[in-house]
Amino acid sequence: MAVASTTQTGARPGRAGRRLAAPSWVGTVPFLCYVGIFLLLPTGIVIWGAVRNSTGFQFSNLKLLGNSDVRSYFVGSIELSAITAVVGAVLGAVLAYAIASGNPDGAVRRFSLAGSGVLAQFGGVTLAFAFSATIGPVGYLTQASWFYDFPQGIVPIYVYFQVPLMVLVFLPAIDGLRIQWREASENLGGSTWHYWRYVGGPLLAPAFTGALLLLFANALSAFATIQAWENQIAYTVPQQISVAISSEVGTANPSEADVLALGMVVMVAIIMTGYALLQRRAARWLR
Amino acid sequence: MAALIKAAKKEGQLNVIALPPTWANYGTIIKTFEQKYGIKVNSANPDGSSQDEVNAIKQENGTAAAPDVVDVGLAIAVPNASLFAPYKVATWNDIPTAQKDSTGAWYEDYGGYMSVGYNSAKFGTITSLNQLLGPKFKNTVALNGDPTEANAALQGVEMASIGEGGSLGNIAPGVAFFHKLKEAGNFSPIQATGATVKAGQTEVVFNWDYLNTASVVGSPTWKVFVPSNAVLGGYYAQAINKNAPHPAAARLWEEFLFSQAADGGQNLWLEGGARPVEQPTMASNGSINSAAAAKLPPVSGTPVFMSLSQSTKAENYLVANWAKAVK
Repeated sequence: MAVASTTQTGARPGRAGRRLAAPSWVGTVPFLCYVGIFLLLPTGIVIWGAVRNSTGFQFSNLKLLGNSDVRSYFVGSIELSAITAVVGAVLGAVLAYAIASGNPDGAVRRFSLAGSGVLAQFGGVTLAFAFSATIGPVGYLTQASWFYDFPQGIVPIYVYFQVPLMVLVFLPAIDGLRIQWREASENLGGSTWHYWRYVGGPLLAPAFTGALLLLFANALSAFATIQAWENQIAYTVPQQISVAISSEVGTANPSEADVLALGMVVMVAIIMTGYALLQRRAARWLR
Repeated sequence: MAALIKAAKKEGQLNVIALPPTWANYGTIIKTFEQKYGIKVNSANPDGSSQDEVNAIKQENGTAAAPDVVDVGLAIAVPNASLFAPYKVATWNDIPTAQKDSTGAWYEDYGGYMSVGYNSAKFGTITSLNQLLGPKFKNTVALNGDPTEANAALQGVEMASIGEGGSLGNIAPGVAFFHKLKEAGNFSPIQATGATVKAGQTEVVFNWDYLNTASVVGSPTWKVFVPSNAVLGGYYAQAINKNAPHPAAARLWEEFLFSQAADGGQNLWLEGGARPVEQPTMASNGSINSAAAAKLPPVSGTPVFMSLSQSTKAENYLVANWAKAVK
């Protein structure tokens, strides 16, 4: 049965090739359209809006980035993203290691992975509402005064989706550690410490740092969660973009929104370049 | 009027924007208009802000989806008057002169007073703003949005300012009041909605009185008071998009909203707890729904209204100081 089907599929490309002499890049067209419409076009519109006003090109908009208020939104975004990325990465890595050291076909692993897949997407209004309605001021912390302080009030909420994401992206790296490497280390007289210091640690470091960057970018772009947690003060760049677009009391400034968005685009571009480089390095050993 | 109805029916549709069904009875108003004239109302972005309405006029200009009519705050209506088609409804003379643009670009439609709504089952009766600084209000006092973004929130801070000895031109005492609330741990910075009220997250809300009623909030123990030393009013304004895709339906909508009939817009707003702009005339000519008028929250003291320059001044102060005061 298996042999027969292999023969059949083997025959197909030859016949198709003769009938359809399409150039080899045709297959990438859907992908390029997708990237063009959902990534390049919006980025272009943001850059265009950031450097123009109603009369023509005007680069003075970019000076907004030096304004101390505007800087405080970037500081807020970076602070929140960095803290939740580190907390999420450390907790997620420990959890991923615990899952990896269990039975690879066991129920615990399947359950944790399925759960992580769901929880990594569980953000936004639902999460913030669930948190504040069960644990927050209406739940256990009725007298807590830190719940609406930035960043300590919002960090625990972000950790809820950062940890599962870390498990999902870091588990393959831990799975890639081969038992033989550990055995080799032990045969040469290495202790557990030696193994992690000279073998496991260096192997996982690029994957860990890469995942850290991914978590950072993930928190950076989150808007609905923090907006549902509180919406009467803008702490982060996405919140201020919303104010700049929608303000109905005379402070709406679409150019400011574009300039802020441009700042985010630049940050994400740097982070994702770093992520790609680290992934390439991590992939060398862990395949 | 007959020709207008005929033309509007021919267009068959009307695009409205940023009209939440629970806001000032808009759900019923839209339904009544649809049934009366057989015109389909397309309601876009119900939770949008006044600025979102103007953004939509600009960005969707020339398309069939552009808003035909808008309901915006004065801070948006006045600077954007060039986007609107002047129109004077049949009851134009019943709108007080100070509440309309002389050319007809915009005209105030309904309004109310800034109020404090609260859960009376938990807090008993509240009569002054200073009570809100007490320990039983931990994490409960909310505005309707970010005051650098939402007009209802800005007016909430201004009401606190007047109550604390400030004035229409000086919002600083209001910001100081919210700073004290934050210090006391009583400020709840989440967007107050019916859901957050029911969940107990925002058990005291500063908002327009017509949005702060027990029926809108959905809680039978919800009570509202307007501080007697700080009666701050505010009105919204109607305007027609000058490039409206359904120009006749847009004008018929305005005629409907400003009609004093029992099922006209003015009385329907009143039934929603808002104060229609033609209320003084309607009270004297007898067309008012007096049962609905009797249900409005009682107000003692002289109402005051912010001028455009006063709200701009307040806004500039908030941009510089709001975040620092409550962070």
